[in-house]
Amino acid sequence: MAAKVSRFFNLKVFSLLAVLLTFFAVKMVAQEEPKPEHSNEHATEQTAEHPATVGHESGKFNAGEMILGHIADEHDWHIVGPVTLPLPIILYSEEKGLDIFMSSKFEPHHGEERSYNGYEMHKGKIALASGTSIHDFSITKNVASLFITAGLLLFVFLTIAKSYKTRQGKAPKGLQSWLEPIILFVRDDIAKPTIGHKYQRFMPLLLTIFFFIFFGNLLGLIPIFPGGANLTGNIAIPFFLASVILITIIVIANKHYWGHIIAMPGVPKLVLLILTPIELLGFVLRPFVLMIRLFANISAGHIIALAFYSLIFIFGAKSAVAGYGVSIVSVLFTVFMFCLDLLVAFLQAFVFTLLSSIYFGSAIEEPAHH
Amino acid sequence: MDLIKPDLGLLFWMLITFGIVLYILGKYAWKPILKALSEREDAITEALDKAEEAKKQMANMQAENEKLLAQARAEREAILRDAKEMKESIIAQAKTSADVEGKKMIANAKENIEREKLAAIHDLKNQVASYSIEIAEQLVRKKLESSKEQEELVNKAINNFHLN
Repeated sequence: MAAKVSRFFNLKVFSLLAVLLTFFAVKMVAQEEPKPEHSNEHATEQTAEHPATVGHESGKFNAGEMILGHIADEHDWHIVGPVTLPLPIILYSEEKGLDIFMSSKFEPHHGEERSYNGYEMHKGKIALASGTSIHDFSITKNVASLFITAGLLLFVFLTIAKSYKTRQGKAPKGLQSWLEPIILFVRDDIAKPTIGHKYQRFMPLLLTIFFFIFFGNLLGLIPIFPGGANLTGNIAIPFFLASVILITIIVIANKHYWGHIIAMPGVPKLVLLILTPIELLGFVLRPFVLMIRLFANISAGHIIALAFYSLIFIFGAKSAVAGYGVSIVSVLFTVFMFCLDLLVAFLQAFVFTLLSSIYFGSAIEEPAHH
Repeated sequence: MDLIKPDLGLLFWMLITFGIVLYILGKYAWKPILKALSEREDAITEALDKAEEAKKQMANMQAENEKLLAQARAEREAILRDAKEMKESIIAQAKTSADVEGKKMIANAKENIEREKLAAIHDLKNQVASYSIEIAEQLVRKKLESSKEQEELVNKAINNFHLN
């Protein structure tokens, strides 16, 4: 398996790396430009609001806030400098009923606070001015990114499926030959060894989950428009995927599997009092860990890359020379982290799918005939 | 805490999107792709098997050819050997039969010679006897003019015979 993984990386990911590094250069420009403006604005606001504290704090750059802002969801998609893509906002509340409008309707209020038609937005969260509860089904940055990922998945794999029909029995070509090794990898190295001869039943789910995570991760690594959202690093997505796994296990699990969880055969009744809760806990914990792993890995990748950039501005605030000096180190480190994140993008998709596949395999395992 | 609290809106959209993607890809992408892949694999395996079989057949044929060739060679050898043997045996047979025939002819000749000799001797005896009788007759005619002489002659003749 390791040999296959390394072969895969040699062939495909390094060519991808080259492409993405080009985007990376764009990211540098995109990020370095708007930031000083942002901090200047911030400084002027602060000057206006708290003139007393400004003195030596002028132009202070809050790295934590910036990073968390980037990791979190947004109601509009910041593209380059002043260019922002407005996204539809869909709200439902008992007070106002269903309300759909574009995020550009929100006028900049005082600073970060923005309001429109009785709605108030604070740090990306929309609330009613009156304070009553509200359901937010907006197409946020992550939802838009989700649609892009889904669209990409549909486009890529429907195209491939078509070329499999038109080039029946022939060697793969183009996009097909790019992704066929990965499809075969999922089939031969993930599903077959862990599930056994019934693997075919699970292939659609495993492939969809694998490529959803993989494409989502890669899109998250692209710093400009179609990518850049922290989709797979947003807890809701790993939560949903892990729930799918849990529900699937519950649906497919056979008597043998349940028997081992509820009452492990061959274990005294008294020990079962301890063992059964542990087994039940493990049953829920497995998908839970899947969720945490994906969420933490992808978020951490984003946080680290952003943290290295923040260093530039933190030092730049002290002196311009220090800022330029640190920027060289930061960029080098970020390049390194970016390469690592490319690996992680594949690895997390692989690990998530592999573990799911193992859980499926154990859930449908027939009792061994002794 | 916002970071680790799943957002309901995103969950809702994810449910819908993932469901649609899973359904469409499952029906129109994964199924034909996996089918095509396994079909191609089967075709490749089959082709390889066939090639292997052809190779085996070829090897078999070659072995058979070789066997046939060896058989033919052995047969030729056997035929040659047989012919040689036959030649030798014919020669030997001819020799022995010639020998026997010769001996037989020699024996026959000897027998003939013996017989001829005996016949000749017999003839000679008869001739001699008849000459003797003739002589005797003449003598007797002449001598028996006197009885004394006759007697004498007879005695003499008897004595002669006796001596013989």
